[in-house]
Amino acid sequence: MIKRSTGLYENFTRKEGTATRATHYCAGCGHGIITKLIGEAMAELDMQNDSVFVGPVGCATFCYYYFDCGHISAPHGRASAVATGISRVLPDKPIIAYQGDGDLGAIGFNNAFQAANRGDNFALFFVNNALYAMTGGQMAPTTLPGQRTTTTPFGRDIVKTGYPLKVCEVFETLEAPVFIERVSVADTKRIMQAKKAIKKALKIQKEKKGFAFVEILSPCPNNMRDDPVKAAEAFTEIMEKTYPLGNFRDRSEKPAPTPESVPRRTERELTGGGREGITTKNDPSFRERKFKFSGFGGQGILSLGLVVAEAAVSEGRYVSWMPSYGPEQRGGSASCSVIVGGKEIGSPTIDDPDVLVAMNQPSLERFASSVKEGGVILFESSIRSDIGFPAGVKAIPFPASSIANENGVPKAGNTAFLGAMAGMGLLPFKEKDITDALAESLSARPQLIEPNMKVFEAAKKWVSDKEHSI
Amino acid sequence: MRKFVRGNEAVMIGAVYAGVDAYFGYPITPASEIAHTASEYLPCLGKEFLQAECETGSANMMFGAASAGKKVMSASSGPGMSLMQEGLSYLAGAQLPAVVVDIMRAGPGLGNIWPEQGDYNQAVKGGGHGNYKNIVLAPASVQEMCDLTILAFELSFKYRNPAIILADGVLGQMMESIVIPEKVSDLPETDDWSVKGNLNTKNNLICSIYMDVEGQERHNILLNKKYEEMEREAKSESYLTDDADIILTGYGTSARIARSAVDILREKGIKAGLFRPITLSPFPTEKLNACSSGKKIIVTEMSNGQYRDDVILHLENKESVTLVNRMGGNLPKVSALVEAAEKATEGKA
Repeated sequence: MIKRSTGLYENFTRKEGTATRATHYCAGCGHGIITKLIGEAMAELDMQNDSVFVGPVGCATFCYYYFDCGHISAPHGRASAVATGISRVLPDKPIIAYQGDGDLGAIGFNNAFQAANRGDNFALFFVNNALYAMTGGQMAPTTLPGQRTTTTPFGRDIVKTGYPLKVCEVFETLEAPVFIERVSVADTKRIMQAKKAIKKALKIQKEKKGFAFVEILSPCPNNMRDDPVKAAEAFTEIMEKTYPLGNFRDRSEKPAPTPESVPRRTERELTGGGREGITTKNDPSFRERKFKFSGFGGQGILSLGLVVAEAAVSEGRYVSWMPSYGPEQRGGSASCSVIVGGKEIGSPTIDDPDVLVAMNQPSLERFASSVKEGGVILFESSIRSDIGFPAGVKAIPFPASSIANENGVPKAGNTAFLGAMAGMGLLPFKEKDITDALAESLSARPQLIEPNMKVFEAAKKWVSDKEHSI
Repeated sequence: MRKFVRGNEAVMIGAVYAGVDAYFGYPITPASEIAHTASEYLPCLGKEFLQAECETGSANMMFGAASAGKKVMSASSGPGMSLMQEGLSYLAGAQLPAVVVDIMRAGPGLGNIWPEQGDYNQAVKGGGHGNYKNIVLAPASVQEMCDLTILAFELSFKYRNPAIILADGVLGQMMESIVIPEKVSDLPETDDWSVKGNLNTKNNLICSIYMDVEGQERHNILLNKKYEEMEREAKSESYLTDDADIILTGYGTSARIARSAVDILREKGIKAGLFRPITLSPFPTEKLNACSSGKKIIVTEMSNGQYRDDVILHLENKESVTLVNRMGGNLPKVSALVEAAEKATEGKA
């Protein structure tokens, strides 16, 4: 039984059984002392009502029996990630996490390390007893070379299992932590220092100055199979050779860093850009049309499809736009499918397009055979077209790149195709809706609007000159 | 207000109108645009966006923030969803609300980034360890990507249970026009179970540990009672099923494909209808049986029969089920469904 500190509950009622005034820890175990020290420090700083305590998995799972504050029992190894989560939504509250050497040193190391690197706002107490206590004394990352545990019956072989993990030294390489110290609870003198470090870490939390880390060397007499006093003595001597005590860093006098500010917006401002007054209407008389746009990535295939889609939206049609996505976007071929209908659209992908626009050879070869009878294939005339086209399909070579070049916008081949489609009557929308959608698609580069309009008109003229109306 | 948006963006439009407080996530194709949108929207609203170190981290950060009674979410795809299963089991065990969006891609393993529906069992049957169920919603349009995200937050808080939006690469990447919600939902915050670092919540404990076997069993029975209550939230859509001789069924993108097939079959004089679950957990068992009793059923999915197995599980009439499926990133063809339906109804048309 430990002396009551007001940071702890009067009675440990969450604990099973009758001994509700004693902790569940074994005689001589460091956890009991650490619990008392944290409780005292919390009381001295008057933090209990504001704090949230995140407990680990291991012997200290049951720390929610003791501390007089709100509690979260985290998954194994995840106390740091859980503390990160709650610290982000309760930025003004002190958050305290407590982890052992299996929890923090092994399974959850990356979560703790990344939290430290972000300088997340919580105090992290790391209890290092050089083994896994609760599961029966197995090796931990912190186990000493040659140390016998239940999974290193011949002693820890550093060649096969690595070296003792020095977490303070690793965290010391990071920029963000405010406070890093290693202490021990092996004797009275060390306990006094441990208390100071613990209280400092909590004070940093109370002042919301950032990430504070205290590693506490803590004997586990039960698994060392020794009597508590002898265990503590031997432990101190051996452990401190590998894990020297001392303060690594204390930047708590500096003001807390402040993040860069971002512009504030309302939900409406953020999600807006929507258009008023457009309602999608059922129109059974409108025949559904399926457009497939294809070419090289970078030819503006996706935006060509988007302009057609936006124009159709303006007219109150049901519209879906489906891209090929992922690595295909870069370098290789790109395609997108646009369906315009007078009722809800079923499959957003297209097996048999009414209209295929092919801006390169591979796309023409890949998709030409899928075009529906009565459909149209519009393809860049500079590419080889000696492939067989399906019967009943009208295949029209179109000099998109020369029209774009002649009008001084070599990259506007897609706009040329748009103009050709409009000229051929393949787009059942008002021309103003098409040109408005084209202008809108270029709104980030307004200097391109006028030249693209020229390309659009030139393409239409090519169609009327050649009498290619469908 | 109408806007032509990508499915992944619509998820975040729904989320901000649901009043989301925090997003924790790791990018993955084809779900990344959800994180992109969240990283813009949330800081501008004074909410929290954090790119986590891994999906294990995302799920546990959600666990922490959800403990404070906040509306939390994440999004991912297959490999990332697998990493989140630990956190989902703990969220369910500790009865915490959270919304996770799974934009399914092909698997198993690394698979590829193209659309599939192979995470059905993982989402619907639990996925992590122990006796639990997720709420699982299956959008089939960009509008539903928005609307079901809002519903997911509502149900997740109503039942204090994780909710999964089970969509796929098609739904995440495609664009359709949506009606943007009118106002931000005002789900009240509660002090009943949350831990907020104040006097009201000081005695609360968020945990999933019950050391005595009787206590653990009581907890499991309580959770199961909750899952039974959740049955009343089952939702589905029936399209032209009333006079149908044959029922096509699928969810999400598969349902869209099946809808096209139904229209073609109707034009051909075959009385086909579509049954589309909107909630996969709870499963709309009653509605399925009501519309399919005595009829042939064609199941379509972008997976290896996972959804078909559930349809059979929930059907009273188990004999008449045919599967038309594709995998690996391929989609079932409308024509394949039409053919299967024609074959099944030979002599009836």
